[in-house]
Parts: sequence; C-alpha cells; structure tokens
Amino acid sequence: MKTLITELRPAILATVVLAAVTCGAYPLLITAIAHTVFKDKAHGSLITGPNGTVIGSALIGQNFTAENHFHPRPSAAGSGYDAASSGGSNLGPTSQKLHDAIRERITAYRTINGLAADAPVPADAVTASASGLDPHISVANAGLQAARVAKVRNLSVEKVKELIAANTERSILGPSVVNVLKVNLDVERVSQPVSPMP
Amino acid sequence: MHATDWLQFALFLGALTLITKPLGLYLLQVLDPAGRTWLDPVLKPLEKLTYKLLGVDPRREQDWKQYTCAMLAFSLAGVVFTYAILRLQGVLPFNPQGLPGLSHHLAFNTAVSFMTNTNWQSYGGESTVSYFSQMVGLTFHNFTSAAAGIGIAAALVRGISNRKTNFQVRSPNAHDGSPNPTNLEVRFTLGNFWADLVRCTYYLLLPICVVFAIFLVSQGMIQNFDPYTKVKTLEGAEQVIAQGPMASQIPIKMLGTNGGGFMNANAAHPFENPTPLSNFFQMLAILAIGSGLTYYLGRMVKNQAHGWAVWAAMMVLFVGAAVTCAHFEAGERVFQLVPETATTEPTSLETRFTLDGNMEGKETRFGTFGSSLFATVTTAASCGAVNAMHDSFTPIGGLVPLFLMQLGEVVIGGVGAGLYGMLVFVVLAVFIAGLMVGRTPEYLGKKIQAKEVKLAMLSLLVLTASILGFTAWACVSDWGVVGLNNAGPHGLSEMLYAYSSTTGNNGSAFAGLTANTPWYNTTLGFAMLIGRFLMIVPVMALAGSFAAKQAAPAGPGTFPVHGATFTILLIGTVLLIGALNFLPALALGPIVEHFLMGKGGLF
Repeated sequence: MKTLITELRPAILATVVLAAVTCGAYPLLITAIAHTVFKDKAHGSLITGPNGTVIGSALIGQNFTAENHFHPRPSAAGSGYDAASSGGSNLGPTSQKLHDAIRERITAYRTINGLAADAPVPADAVTASASGLDPHISVANAGLQAARVAKVRNLSVEKVKELIAANTERSILGPSVVNVLKVNLDVERVSQPVSPMP
Repeated sequence: MHATDWLQFALFLGALTLITKPLGLYLLQVLDPAGRTWLDPVLKPLEKLTYKLLGVDPRREQDWKQYTCAMLAFSLAGVVFTYAILRLQGVLPFNPQGLPGLSHHLAFNTAVSFMTNTNWQSYGGESTVSYFSQMVGLTFHNFTSAAAGIGIAAALVRGISNRKTNFQVRSPNAHDGSPNPTNLEVRFTLGNFWADLVRCTYYLLLPICVVFAIFLVSQGMIQNFDPYTKVKTLEGAEQVIAQGPMASQIPIKMLGTNGGGFMNANAAHPFENPTPLSNFFQMLAILAIGSGLTYYLGRMVKNQAHGWAVWAAMMVLFVGAAVTCAHFEAGERVFQLVPETATTEPTSLETRFTLDGNMEGKETRFGTFGSSLFATVTTAASCGAVNAMHDSFTPIGGLVPLFLMQLGEVVIGGVGAGLYGMLVFVVLAVFIAGLMVGRTPEYLGKKIQAKEVKLAMLSLLVLTASILGFTAWACVSDWGVVGLNNAGPHGLSEMLYAYSSTTGNNGSAFAGLTANTPWYNTTLGFAMLIGRFLMIVPVMALAGSFAAKQAAPAGPGTFPVHGATFTILLIGTVLLIGALNFLPALALGPIVEHFLMGKGGLF
C-alpha cells in the first residue's frame, strides 16, 4: 500500500507527460501531414455536384429510391443512411423480424427490377450492411438493376453496363464492388442531354 | 471459401510470419532500458526528459510488488483523468456538435473500458463523444494500456528467464562498512515499469502509428476538426456526415489491440476502414506485436524453439478458427426460407444465398471472408474492433469469436496480455505433462510447485467465474433481459458474449444488446476490472515467484518445451480448459441455435 502511494506521484506526472505527447503532439503532427498530402481525403472525400454544392461523400452511402437511379443496400443507420448514426440491424439468423424483412425486400427487389418471381436475388441487395453506410453494392446487384435504369433513362443497357464497369472497384483482397453514388452521378451525366433532370 | 479468399488468407499468414522475427528483435531493444534503436537520435532526448519530469530512474529495477503497484497507480491516475474528461466534455474544447457530458455510469464504463484495454462501446462514437474526448480521453489509454500490457508480459518473461539482474543483493547497512550476512536484503526484480511504459510508447507504438496513420489517410480515412458536414444528396435528402480526428486514433486502436471505434459502426464504417487494403493492414496491425512478443520470449529465455513452439500453437488455433468462421459465414443454410403450406414462395432464394453467404451486417467491400477473418483476428487478440456485426453472424460463425474470447484470448492475443495469458497455459501444460510422466514438472529449468500452479489456476478461474457469474445474473434479472435485441437462444448469446468480451478485455459485442443502462454499464465495468487486474496480479506474483527460482540444467527427465509434442500438448490444454469451462453455456446459446436454424426455427 505504501508503494502504491509513493508511485502515485510518477503516475500522475506520467499521465500528464504521455497525454501531451500522444494526445497533443502526435495528433497535431498527423493532422498537419494529412492536410498537406491528402487534403481532400482528410476532409471526407466530399463530392461536389453539377450545381456546385456538396452532394455527399464518395465513401459514404446515401439513399436512392427513384427508379432512374441505382439503389443501395438496405440501411439500419438511423432512419436509413444517417451518416451521424452508423450501425447495423444486429438481428441474428433466427430472428423472425429479419426473416420477414428479407422476404419483403426480395419481393420488392424482383418487382421493381422486373425479375421473375423465382429469380435469384443477390444477398447484398436484401440485407442491411454493418455500418448502414455501405457505399457499394455487388457487381451482380448492379447488373440486375441495369436494365431498369437504362429503360427509365432511355439509355442502352450496354451504355449503363459500361458505366457500371467504370465505377467498379477491384481488389485481390476483397470482392469487386460498385460505388452507387458515383455510378448514379455518371448515369445522370450521360443522360442529361437526352432528358434533362429538373 | 473462394480461391481469392484462400489467397488473401495465405498473404495474411505470410505477412504475419515475416514480421514476427524483426518485431521480436526490435522489442528486445525497446524492452531493455539500455537498448539501442535507430530512432535514438530523435527520441532519446524526449525519453530522458520524460524520466526527469517523472522523477524516476529507468535503471532502478523493481520487484514484482513494486512493478505491480506502479502499474496500478498509473491505471488509477488514468481512469480518473478520462472519467473527468468524459463528464466535463460539454465545457471542453473541440466539440463542434456541442455534445453534453456523459452520464456517470456511461463515463465510468467508458473510462474503465479504455483503461483496461477493453474498449467496450456502450458509448455511440459520433453521437456521444466529442473530438476532445476521443483524441485525449480515449487515445491516451489506447497508447498507455497497450504499453502497460507489453510491460507486464515483459516482466513475466524476465521472471522466467535467467537474467543476472533478476537477483539483486543489497545491504541496508552497507554504509557502516559491516555487511552482516543476516542483514542482507535479497530482491528478485523484473524491470522498471516506468521505463517499459515510456519506451514502449515512444519507440514502439508512436513511430509505427505515424506511418500507419498517413497510410490510412491515403486510403480515405478522415483527419480533421470540422463540424459535421451537412449535404443535400443527389435525390435531395438531407444527410449529416460525421467528421473528426480519426486517422490519429485508428492506428493505435489496432496496433494496441484496443478496438474502441471512433464511429459507432467501428471498422465497418467506410471512413474508419475505407478499402480492402486498409482492412488487410488493420488486421495485420492487431496481431503484429503479439506475434513479435513470442519471438521476444524465445530470445529472452535463450530457447528460440520454445518461442516458435508457442507461436505455432497460437497459429494452429488461429487457422482453425478462421476457416471455421469463414466456412459458416459463406454458408449453405443461411436464412433458409421456412416452407409454408400454401407454397407460392420462391424456392431459388436458398440457392442464391448459397453463393453469396450471410451478408446481413457485413460490408460489400470486405465480403464474407474479409469479415470472418477480421472477426477471428479481433477476438484471437483482445482487440474488439469489428468490421461486421457479430450479432448477425450465423450461430457457429458467431461461436468462433465468442469461444476465442473465452479461451482467454491467448491466440496471439492482446499486446502483452496474449503472451502472459498463454504462459499461464504453458505452466499448466508443463504441470500436466509432469503429472503424466510422474516427474517434478519444470519449466525452462525452474521447478513448478504448488504455488505456481495455484496462481495459474487462480487467474483462469477468476475469469471463468466472472463470465459465467455475470451472465447468469443478467439472465435472471429484468435489467438483463430487457436489453436484448434477439429472442431465443440468440438472446442468451448476446449476454454471454457481452460478459466474455468485457472479462476478456476484448470489447467487441453482439451489439444488439442495449448495454447503455446503469446496470449493464456497471456490471460490465466490473467485469472489465476483474478481467484486467485479477489476471495481472496473479501473473505478476507468478513472475516474482519464477524470478526467485534458480534454473537447473535440463536432465533426462526434463519435458522439452519445444517441438511438435509440446505444441500439441499446449493446444490441448487451452482447448480442454476452455471447453470444460464453457461448453455447457455454449450449448444453450449458439450450438442449440445452430440446430434450430437448420430446422427453420425462428424467434
């Protein structure tokens, strides 16, 4: 007990000194380097839209429901894609609630994309991601939505598939994925002369 | 598992193997106050200044009680520091969202959680904690709890090894020139806590973190003090994007096996883990130091084959766990539809899901394998960062992380904690082997006697009692059951996971559990304290006891602590003790859920 008390003095001093180094000098150094070398990324990879305002982040998913857009995965973040309240559903494999939700989503996905009643549905299209902000969908999921987007926008399916390919991110360390916001921006860009968006 | 999954797994194991020896050699220098590193020109002046400010002499060796007391005093100072910051958050700077101070029970839980290297998240990241709290209150412990853990492991290894400095003779009345043998004071020392703490922080953790942080920003991780960004999305909705000084906190979160997320979704958040490459290096960082410490052990005890034998036991368990988890998450019976009487239901759903596996609570950029491997890594170590929601894993996929934590996180393990946890099992393995051949068990020439076995068993039994005791209490209490997100056996798993995670100082969760309530925050807080300190004190006593023993040369009856026989015996000991303690509880949770799921059972 006596030792414990005598060690309290260096303990308190160590807290102060190490806090100054690891919580003061170190983060400021990182901030300075990050802002010099990767300014855009350090501030959240924000994307500016056609009219000059910030419309989102390349890394953060956002919700799309219109038929002329690719749709992201279901989201459990807040009321859906709340980027200030990330999280998953945390429902387990024997959850009735999850089971019902997935069944409903499968039906909705087939209906909106004009698929057969027994058509296979990619798992990512009907399950909520861990962060609720997943910016990507699987290549298969994007492929099944291509025909719908092409039809509504008067584009050829080939053109839309080209855009999907252009926005596909590949890695040997993970599956190939399509960035939903980026592909939708591209779709808007190429379809603007044909049917200007309001 | 696809071919690309196996490739990723092979790359990961290869990279981990390659860094083990260099890191071990570097640790040898860092953990010696007279050691030399190539960073000395930059850091030596800072190190010296720090000792001067602290008023400590790094070469003054401490015995096990002094070392433990220094560690406890430092933990106490740190927990008060962070508790105060969290409570006063509302009036402190770097709080652009104007977040208020935390409730007393949440502040207690969070301060204890970070001080014990657990980093359990009862708090919600972006919705609860200010930039100042993250950067100062939490990051401080990310560094120091890791450094302290490495120190404890080093102290135990020093005790086991046959260092000359283990033995110090000091005559209290030497100044009067008449050293009377009866007045001689003999101390068995284990190093200096302050030197270990400062040197690990400065020479090991900080330099790696600087490089790692820059790499993570290059992948898209944020590092700023901006207020949350308000954007109007492409379809015209409002979206508020959380920001903050993240890139300085995440490297140490991984490297120090802390795991407390900057954001609520932890390493699943696209800012906190932007690419498959960032995911790969974050996983590697979790296991790096723990793996290097096994090499350090081999060097210190002058038996490198022993270091590698311990490492091999860890890796066998790790590979088995990762493959099991990945197999079930890529699984065939995930979300199988229940056949209904009026069967207009689509039948091909199962087939499709067979290809994709269980994607609920997983990010597409990691897929089921990247998520399963991360889950295994984070619970093999006592990290607790997650890149997928373990609560949504299949029953057996979720059992793997749960069981790894219950084994005591000795598969590589947390920085320091993994090694000292595993050495407890080594003592038991050697003891069991000794009983089987009928000889006095000895470990590296030092006799294992009743005292050592008692201390080893104490450290294991306390953890088991905490996990099962608290879970049982929560099960039969209103406050326990009301927090559940899932019904049926999965609900039991949520509670069992919570107390396994906190007692094991892991910090990952079956996150559906609503744990931010006075009862949960408090009981989980105590589980963390028990798991940290009622483990460390017996371990340090064990270190002191070993330091006081003279090593005898190996004889014909000595059980070798290297080679395949020893590795298999060690694996057997870990699994046997883990299984005996926890199989009944697991049978009622994930195991019964697995069979019910196969029959289409829903709750």
